[in-house]
Amino acid sequence: MTTATTTSVSLDVRGVHLAFGPNRVLRGVDLSVPRGATACVIGPSGSGKSTLLRTINRLIEPDRGDVLLDGRSVLGDDPDALRQRVGMVFQQFNLFPHMSVLRNVTLALRRLRKLGADEAETVARAQLELVGLAGKANSRPAQLSGGQQQRVAIARALALRPEVMLFDEATSALDPELVKGVLGVMADLSAAGMTMVVVTHEMGFARQVADTVAFMDRGVVLEAGPPEAIFERAEHPRLRRFLDQVL
Amino acid sequence: MDPLSTLWETFFDWDAMREALPEMLTVGLPNTLILAVSAALLGSVLGLLLAVAGISRSRWLRWPARVYTDVFRGLPAAATILLIGVGLAPLGMQVWGPDPYPLGILALSLIATAYIGEIFRSGIQSVEAAQLEGARALGFSWADAMRLVIIPQGIRRVLPAWVNQLIALIKDSSLVYFLGLVASQRELFRIGQDYAATTGNESALLLAGLCYLALTVPLTHVVNWIDRRLRNGRPATASTEEDDDDTASYAATEGDRR
Repeated sequence: MTTATTTSVSLDVRGVHLAFGPNRVLRGVDLSVPRGATACVIGPSGSGKSTLLRTINRLIEPDRGDVLLDGRSVLGDDPDALRQRVGMVFQQFNLFPHMSVLRNVTLALRRLRKLGADEAETVARAQLELVGLAGKANSRPAQLSGGQQQRVAIARALALRPEVMLFDEATSALDPELVKGVLGVMADLSAAGMTMVVVTHEMGFARQVADTVAFMDRGVVLEAGPPEAIFERAEHPRLRRFLDQVL
Repeated sequence: MDPLSTLWETFFDWDAMREALPEMLTVGLPNTLILAVSAALLGSVLGLLLAVAGISRSRWLRWPARVYTDVFRGLPAAATILLIGVGLAPLGMQVWGPDPYPLGILALSLIATAYIGEIFRSGIQSVEAAQLEGARALGFSWADAMRLVIIPQGIRRVLPAWVNQLIALIKDSSLVYFLGLVASQRELFRIGQDYAATTGNESALLLAGLCYLALTVPLTHVVNWIDRRLRNGRPATASTEEDDDDTASYAATEGDRR
């Protein structure tokens, strides 16, 4: 209900490898997210989760492997055009502090989608309304709480009508009492049929919202499956140990 | 006559000051401002290009930018102004005639470019990498991300240093007197000096000094004001909008922490 996301597509990550010098961050990652599904990626820090997200929208180019939207490889596409199809939300929000909330949302609409000022504002205000921040349009990001800022960041990404959304520990920088509001927006979006990859430490969210949970460790997906299977019948000892520590 | 009153009359001859004042205000002040402001504008445009070249990934941009900065920051302003004002005079002669005024502006601008370039570069580099990533993730090209997101923030952060550079330019503009300007082109210092030379009394020069202070001292306070504002954020613009968090479509549990 957050937005009519009838345009979402399926996402496939196949055998993605990436090394920074001698540091092999991704060692053949596979991840399949059907159209409209939500995949949560869990795992210890340093396991490559955030890097994986960045190879999907090619903020980092993978060394090897493929990324497919709707079954078609995107590695040959113009990366800037690809990123308009794949929205991303960051741990630190990355809002533009020198612009009002409204302009944060309209900037890409106007400059990239070439919408007129009025039309961009209409879209942006509607999007802000859906994350519950219509009244904050003229505020600066610094005047908002962390939770509100993250909801603006989500609205900013959604305004471009992405076909896939990536969330990189979207609630990790928030005070505990602010987490729920952001997770609520994300759950709404998932229910509305957005294809999502959510890197998270919120196991409750993963259990309730995800269609697939993938456990990453040392640059590979060690185990993936429906949440019940991952949380109740984990097979791999490293996953069991991880769950023991976080649950 | 006792030495003290001699000293007093040398610097505080009110009649000499009154005589110099009209020309100081109608000729000297406008010329000083034209020199300083046009050099600041040209220096800012070129300085921005220099800053971007200085952080470029291409060494063919980075190196010339480095060398330019070192040379024009390292030379005394007087030497640069003379070298350009005299050295480029034949060229200027062909383009706009014997007038050295444009060359004075050019020399001041080239000096300002080096300093402002460094100011802008440090500002741009102080912007968190996450800002660039955020803009790129929306689909902006590197150039658009720099232009719309990174550079505006970077420049904002170094505005105090930029205003300091404007102060330096106001003072350095006095050096164009080397180039031999005609009477109507003289700036504050030259007019003061001319009066001092003809009367043997330094009061007009002191008046010129006071004019400089009248320009620069308020600017230093502007610097402090910008600095404070950048540190503390803009004065809270009383938000009259209703906080409509509670009308959100999900259970909004978060408090408002403004």
